[in-house]
Amino acid sequence: MNYNFRFNALLPYTGEILRGVGLTLQLTLLTAVIGLAIGLFVALASSSERAALRVPARIYVEAIRNTPLLVQLFLVFFGLPSLGIRLDASVAAMVGLSINVGAYAGEILRAGFQSVRSSQVEAGRSLGLTAGQTFRHVVLFPAIKAIYPALASQFVLLLLATSVVSSIGAADLFHQAAFIDSRTYRSFESYALITLAYLILTLAFRALLSAIYWLVFVRRSRP
Amino acid sequence: MIREFSPADVVYMLAAARWTVALALFAMVGGGLIGMLVAVLRIVAFRPANWVARAYINLIQGTPLLGQLFVFFFGLPLLGIQVGAWEAAALSLSIYASAFFAEIWRGSLQSVSPRQWEAGAALGLTYVQRLTHVVLPQAVRIAVPPTVGFLMQLVKDTSLTALIGFIELTRASQIISAATFAPLPVYGTAAAIYFVICFSLSRLSQRLEKRSHAAR
Repeated sequence: MNYNFRFNALLPYTGEILRGVGLTLQLTLLTAVIGLAIGLFVALASSSERAALRVPARIYVEAIRNTPLLVQLFLVFFGLPSLGIRLDASVAAMVGLSINVGAYAGEILRAGFQSVRSSQVEAGRSLGLTAGQTFRHVVLFPAIKAIYPALASQFVLLLLATSVVSSIGAADLFHQAAFIDSRTYRSFESYALITLAYLILTLAFRALLSAIYWLVFVRRSRP
Repeated sequence: MIREFSPADVVYMLAAARWTVALALFAMVGGGLIGMLVAVLRIVAFRPANWVARAYINLIQGTPLLGQLFVFFFGLPLLGIQVGAWEAAALSLSIYASAFFAEIWRGSLQSVSPRQWEAGAALGLTYVQRLTHVVLPQAVRIAVPPTVGFLMQLVKDTSLTALIGFIELTRASQIISAATFAPLPVYGTAAAIYFVICFSLSRLSQRLEKRSHAAR
């Protein structure tokens, strides 16, 4: 092997990399929140007794979970304009990712709600809580505690999956790899560095998510 | 020249979908072999081996597959190995899959109660006999549904290889979409083909899971 690795050729682009980190984190957090909101609706709809709510929710979840994110993004970014809906690359990225996460979060939340036994709900109602109060205090909090680990690893997967949006031209961390590559012609170094940057992001994100779990669930449940 | 999106294009896409399936199967076999090794390294009673295996799993699961694809695509030629898109795709998907298989199988092995090992020892079985006759049959039963479930994940992940230029279903769709300017029906068709493959696999995984519960 007679290739000279020149990672220092990438040094002038530190600013671009940091900007990419910021964009990727923004995209991850925003789509996680929107996806969670979609997921909550989907979970409630798919455990509903009314078929008019349940069936569309199931179709949505199965359609999203059984097709690749990349094709979903292509449909949103390249497909929707022929229906007259023209979205900016970054908006299309957000819409596509949110729809994607919504389905996965919906499935996780549904499993969580089902893990709370119906006798618990009846107990809550017989204590005089309203349906809304029972849902909030008896179902939601324990359910979220039970599914938090699954949800957390879904969000870590989301952070990694955001790299795909670079393929429709949205600016994120992975997009910077292509940009730096085009400026320096150091393909391997650019992609290796950006890939390792994701590793640091994931490790930090995982640590943050565990810290939140500890703060919200472990400390609170202590007497 | 812009032409219509025709049935011939659907046939072309179905033909390309064979490469999607081939790539997923290759990654399953390749990833399965590496994954088995990593799973063993992860649980043997030798700390440094555990650390190496954990570092490997964290590295692979902590970086995007897209990044791994590009690193292999540009990195292997630097080692003097000339690779095309297929080789880079097959290798990186195998490595990617191996980290997940290792974790799935480690979990399955460890979910067999340690008492089973003790019971085997009490019956006078050797270590290998205990492994092959007592623990593995139970672990395999637990491992099959999530393994099939991950295979479906793998089919979806092969779509990313389109971005390094490997012609599978997604790349074929891009090509046809560029020729016909009909992205909605083209990508819709691609999504439908993926759906048929993945939905069958996820149903299979669910049925296997039900059966393994019934057997217990």
